[in-house]
Amino acid sequence: MSKEKILERGFLLVALSSISILALIAFFIFVEGVPLIWKVGGRAFLLGERWFPSQGAFGIFPMIVGSFLVTVGALVVGVPLGVGCAVFLCELTPRPLASAVRPMIQLLAAIPSVIFGFWGLITLVPLIRTYFGGPGLSVLAGSLVLGIMILPTIISISEDSLRALPRTFKEGALSLGATHWQTIWRVLLPAARSGIVASVILGMGRAIGETMAMIMILGNAVQMPHSLLDSTRTLTTNIGIEMGYATGDHRQALFATGVILFFIIMALNSLALIFSRKGRS
Amino acid sequence: MRFAGERDLRFIGLRKQDFSFNLFVVAFLGISLLLAGCQRQKGGLTVAGSTSVEPFAEILAEHYMEHHSKEKIFIQGGGSSAGIQAVRTGAANVGMSSRLLTPQEQDLLAFPIAYDAIAVIVHPSNPLRNLTLDQIRKIFSGQVLRWDGLGGRSAAITLVSREEGSGTREAFQHLLLGKTEISLRALVQDSNGAIRQVVADDPNAIGYISLGLVNEKVKAVEIEGAEATIENIRLKKYKVVRPFLFVFKSEPQETAKRFLDFVLSETGQKILVQEGLVSVSSMAPREEGKPKGNV
Repeated sequence: MSKEKILERGFLLVALSSISILALIAFFIFVEGVPLIWKVGGRAFLLGERWFPSQGAFGIFPMIVGSFLVTVGALVVGVPLGVGCAVFLCELTPRPLASAVRPMIQLLAAIPSVIFGFWGLITLVPLIRTYFGGPGLSVLAGSLVLGIMILPTIISISEDSLRALPRTFKEGALSLGATHWQTIWRVLLPAARSGIVASVILGMGRAIGETMAMIMILGNAVQMPHSLLDSTRTLTTNIGIEMGYATGDHRQALFATGVILFFIIMALNSLALIFSRKGRS
Repeated sequence: MRFAGERDLRFIGLRKQDFSFNLFVVAFLGISLLLAGCQRQKGGLTVAGSTSVEPFAEILAEHYMEHHSKEKIFIQGGGSSAGIQAVRTGAANVGMSSRLLTPQEQDLLAFPIAYDAIAVIVHPSNPLRNLTLDQIRKIFSGQVLRWDGLGGRSAAITLVSREEGSGTREAFQHLLLGKTEISLRALVQDSNGAIRQVVADDPNAIGYISLGLVNEKVKAVEIEGAEATIENIRLKKYKVVRPFLFVFKSEPQETAKRFLDFVLSETGQKILVQEGLVSVSSMAPREEGKPKGNV
């Protein structure tokens, strides 16, 4: 075999191994999780509100609600900040400043989630407890921390899509007499819409998947949150917090939670793909 | 023509090779995964299970290894159920459990190594001193939502509990609540330390942790007038007590036996008492094999 062939095989092996690992993970999640959903009944599992695995009650509805609430909260915090920051980096700042700010934002992405969680627990939670009441460990605290955590994703992808726009868009708008702000708001942002939406969906995926920081600051109560100051539990934290002791049906129920999560993430990623393709064509 | 034919053959040959190569790759991955799954720690004693017992087992192992420098003991957490499961599959030599064995687990051998009390804790600034069993039941089941009327300040109670499956939660529920479920409104933390932290930070919180882990940042309340002290546990005035068990698949041998003997020896028990646990001898005459009775 020539050197080239050997290399080719080597890369094939690497590619195959990563794909087969993905396939194996999916396979095991489904093998472990689906029988329980079958046993409990899809409706009782998805829409049940009682989670007492030791009593055979496996309702994950409060966690689905919790996941979406915290994610939406994170988007409310993260999207305006993120898109605003992308516009700032692209349009409103001199190049040297932008090239100083950009690495800092990338650094934000490199901070481990446990640090975000710890910071939230030590700083944010007592503030919320003191000024708003409640236990402090709450949807509000989780949303704020997650909103910051998804910033790098939103900023970098939105900025890329703003930069990818043809110069003529901007030149045309300005030459028609639009102000800089009108150009940004009426021309550039709508033109980069698909990329920005894709960045938001990817940020959403990150928010739904975040576990460690959320275990630390959400309080993990299995209840339907009635206000932003209530504690809640997400699908991921349910797995993270209970896996240590789970056996039998309880363990399977955690895998089943993973199955639901798997579908949500798949749906989000497909959406992101569709939007970014739309942008390219 | 002949040249082209050769090329064709070579082409076909390569494709065959590709196929067998792929087969090899898949088989290789499968086998390596199987091997990884079956591997276990060799050349030492693996002790796994309850995270409540883990810190005490670590201290005991340290002392043991000081005297037996050639033997190695590995302590792992994972929880009572996981530890018992690990003993059964052979992944661990010794299981640590902070609850009694269930009827399905009666084929294993369990030795109580110490007893631990569960303390109900509140913030040090909370004026509350004593709770009756009935009050605890009402607070943790979510029937009583405010401190007013319990002797505390006027505020909503922040309930803090352990997650489902935890040995501490199971013991707390079994000993204090009976069939009543812990309210779903309770905050859930996944370790004794995390509960202590939340209660220490929140003036309106109430939770439960191992007595050995109570420190000056939180206050243990009296239950039915009995303070959570070793003396009261010994006199059976303070009743929220659970056993710490070492679980074996069969009669312990060699290192496992020597370690168990050390733990049950005077030195070992003294270490445990220093760490806030109650020794086996002070609770009851030593039980051999499976412990019986209601704890």
